[in-house]
This record gives sequence, structure tokens and C-alpha cells, in this order.
Amino acid sequence: MIGAPAPAGGGPVPVSSEALRIDDLHKSFDSNEVLRGITMSVAAHEVICLIGASGSGKSTLLRCINLLEPINAGRISLFGHDISGPGVDANLVRRQIGIVFQSFNLFPHMTVLRNVTIAPTKVLRTPAAQAADEARALLDRFGLIDKADEYPDRLSGGQQQRVAIVRALAMQPQLMLLDEVTSALDPELVAEVLEVITELAAGGMTMLIATHEMGFARDIADRVCFLEEGRIIEEAPPAELFTNPQDDRTRRFLRRIVEAKRL
Amino acid sequence: MDANSPVSPGSFAATGRGPRLFSGGGTRATVISSVSTIVVLGILVVIFLLAPGARAFEHTFFSPTDMWRSFIGNPRKGYYSVGAAIWLNIRMFLVAEVLILALALFVALIRQSASPALFPIRILTTGYVDFFRGVPLILVIFALGFGLPALNLPVVSSQSDAVYGVAALVLSYSAYVSEVYRAGLNSVHRSQVSAARSLGLSHGTALRFVVLPQAVRNVIPPLLNDFISLQKDTALVGTLGVIEANKAAGIYSATVFNFSSFTVAAILFLILTIPLARFTDRLIERDRRRRLAGGTR
Repeated sequence: MIGAPAPAGGGPVPVSSEALRIDDLHKSFDSNEVLRGITMSVAAHEVICLIGASGSGKSTLLRCINLLEPINAGRISLFGHDISGPGVDANLVRRQIGIVFQSFNLFPHMTVLRNVTIAPTKVLRTPAAQAADEARALLDRFGLIDKADEYPDRLSGGQQQRVAIVRALAMQPQLMLLDEVTSALDPELVAEVLEVITELAAGGMTMLIATHEMGFARDIADRVCFLEEGRIIEEAPPAELFTNPQDDRTRRFLRRIVEAKRL
Repeated sequence: MDANSPVSPGSFAATGRGPRLFSGGGTRATVISSVSTIVVLGILVVIFLLAPGARAFEHTFFSPTDMWRSFIGNPRKGYYSVGAAIWLNIRMFLVAEVLILALALFVALIRQSASPALFPIRILTTGYVDFFRGVPLILVIFALGFGLPALNLPVVSSQSDAVYGVAALVLSYSAYVSEVYRAGLNSVHRSQVSAARSLGLSHGTALRFVVLPQAVRNVIPPLLNDFISLQKDTALVGTLGVIEANKAAGIYSATVFNFSSFTVAAILFLILTIPLARFTDRLIERDRRRRLAGGTR
């Protein structure tokens, strides 16, 4: 792991090394309050896993960070810049944040290569030839180069999800958000996607990963956050959180996971 | 070869009755369908010939000399060529189709937009669609064809009747086609928009490169269906006095007292619409196969 681990106890972090800071974030869908005051900090090169039951707010948190959902209250800063205030160009923010979804969401009418080059050519105005070269290099790095000219529905779920990761990486993001990226995959396809994420972590990518793969979270995370009912109940390095959880709710959740043989 | 013929005899092997019914495979099915087609057509022809007025009917509607004369036309005797007049239908159809595709897309995009700034124009487009879907096309043609010239405005009031007819077709059909587009836009899952926007694509770019291509692809069959209908409805413009195929056929029948000219017009319209109908069928079939073959999305 290249990334500098966060200071123990979440003490003050120098501004330059803080990739993401979230203060008292609230988000409701109509009367349903999904996020009830999330406060967290992510250092550059840090890998944080968000765990918690379905509906605990993990996905919504990631969608709020990427400004896909307007927030009701609170503040989100990216590298010291407030991105949640009025007058922020969401398109500029999203260039720096890559997000990968549970259901891949590849563009079915475009080839794999076009899926990867569409954003660089249309958003960054990268010349088409250069964008294609860079895309091929990325596809090659993740073992997908022979799929460059295929359409997404000809690919396996694992391959599609790897393409989705490559598509996000093509924008050279400073921060990657992964939203349960293996939950829609057949069990035998999970490993190939986790391998890719592990490689990204080894390369120093700052990542926020919502996941149900507890074993994976234990291996890859610098810190694990347990969410329940829109709040962070407990956050700690995986060794502590998984072996010696402090909060009752965390213990209950982990016990259920163990009973379901997911850990 | 009809669509019901079995693809492979083996696929029926498991269902007791199947193999006996279709034994012999594709060739046998072809023979059966051909024979049954001939029998059905034969019965219809016999019924027609046995009718008391069959001779008179045949002379009035299927007289070869009248069909030929109306097809060729003879201005000195006071009637026009139906064969030449159909070109006006084709030209009106082609111009109207291009304009409809553009106007309907504009209306659909406005109606689908969520921007508060567009609220007034969104109300307008909703009213437009409600109005022109509710008013019979023939009334719209009358309103433009007789109303606009009466206004005595520059440019607007001095167009040919064919132009007014095309304008009426465009106004009426765009209301329908905009709803087809809207169904297409709604058929693209919102997660596609999320994915596009999350990559930094602006609203417009996401619409142009991600949403619209998928939306249009999903509605090509209904779009073509509307255009088959449009091809026929160009005949209504004849009510303004424009000499299109149906009007030319009417003038012939009024001059010569024989309706065979309408048969000619009908055949010409069929020649225009049937290829488009078959093309639509093929697209639907291709789309169905693509969906069956496609794995997870």
C-alpha cells in the first residue's frame, strides 16, 4: 500500500493531503431521511470501505459526493474546495471524481472502446486518436484489449464491470467511488473485479468503496466505516472494526454477516 | 413461407403431437401454406364472380382500358395522369417527413425537460400536442388551406395549396410523433443518464450521445408505422384542389364516369407503403432477435 494511512483517531490532517471532507451531510428523499448527518474525512491515497445493511445510505452518500443527488444540508469539500455550495460547476467536479455503479451502466449502443473514449473526447476535448490510444492502453492494462471493439452485451458481467472501471479511469480522476461494484456479479466473476480494485489501491488511488464483501474490505481498506440508518456508527481500521467492534449495532451487523457466511 | 412454419422439426420432438403435425419439416410447411393461400384466394374470387353485380363491378372498378387511360392521363380530354400525380404525393411525403422528425423531436425534448425556465414553452407544447391530436387532420388541412390565404399576409398567404397541405400534415403528425419520441426517451433507463453525467458530460452532451441514440432506436418501428400512415394521408391534401393521385383519380372518374382510376391510385399507394411496411417488420424482427440474444445489460 502506497497511500499514507490516516492518523489514528482521525486527528487533524494537513489540508493538502485531505482528498475529501464531509461535514454533517443530510439527504432526504421526500419524507424519507436517508443520510442523517455524515461527517468524515478521506486522506489522499486512502482507501475507505463503507459497510452496512442495504438502505443504510452507502449508495446515497456516494451519489451525493458525485453531485448526482442534491443535498439538503451539510458541506462536501474536494481537496479543500467546497463542491456542495451554490454556483459550483458539477461537470467540473465530476471530471475529478470517478464513480462505478452496481449495475455497470455501460452505454449499450457503443463499443467498449467508444464507452471509454466518449468522456475524454467530449468533455476534455482530447483528440480522438490520442483518446483511443490512451483507452487501449488502459484496456490492455486490465486485460480487456481484445474486447475493445465488442458491444457491452457480448461481455460477461465481470468484463462489463471492469470496462466500467476503465471508463471512469479514462478521465484520470483524483477520487474513485465504487458503489457495490460486485453485488450484481455471479460469484465466480467477483474475483476479477476485486483484483482490478486491489491494483488501483496499490497504485495509490484514493477510493471510497461501498461493499458487501467483508473479506475484501478487511484486506484492502485503510479504514472501514459502518453505516446504519444514515449515520456512521463506527469507523476504525479493519483489524479493529472486524475483530473488536465497539458499538452494539456494529456487533449485531457483523454477527449477521458471519451467520450468513459472508465473512 | 409464413412466420408460423417451424424453424427446425427437432424442436417439436418433445411434444407428442408436434412431430406428426409437422413431419416433413420446412418443405412440407411451405407446400401447406401455399395451398391454403391459393384456396382462400380462390374462394374469395369465386364469391366475387358469383355476385349478381360482378360484371358491372368489374367494369366500373377494374376496366383495363380505363385504368390505363387514367394512369397515362389526357389533359385535352380534361383529366390528369394519376401516375404523374403520385409524384406530388411522394414529394409532399418526403418534405413532410423530414420536417416532422425535426419538429416532433423538438416538442418531445421540451416536454421532457425539467428546467423551470422552460415552463411556459412546456405548457405551450403540451397544448399543441393536445390540440393537434384531437382535431381531425382534414380540418387542419381546411383551416390552413382556406384560412391562411384569406388572412392576406405577406408570404404566409401567397403559398401554393400543396405547401398548406404539407404544413397541415407536419402540424398534425408532429403531435403524434412527438409522443412516440417521448416514449422512446422514457424507455432509456435513468441510470444511463447518471453514468453519462458522472463522467462529466453536460446535460446536452449526455442527451445527444447517450440518451437520444438509444431512444430513437427503441422507437424506429412505431416511427415507421406513422410514416406509412403519412404516405396515405398525403391524399387528403387533394381536398384543397391540389392534383395529387387521389384528386387526379377523382377528376378522371368525374369526367369518364368510371372508378377504375381510383383502383390505379390505390395500387400506386400500395406500391409505396408495402415496402416500408415490410421494412418495418424486418426491423421489429431484428430487434426481437437482438433482445433475445443479448445477455445482461
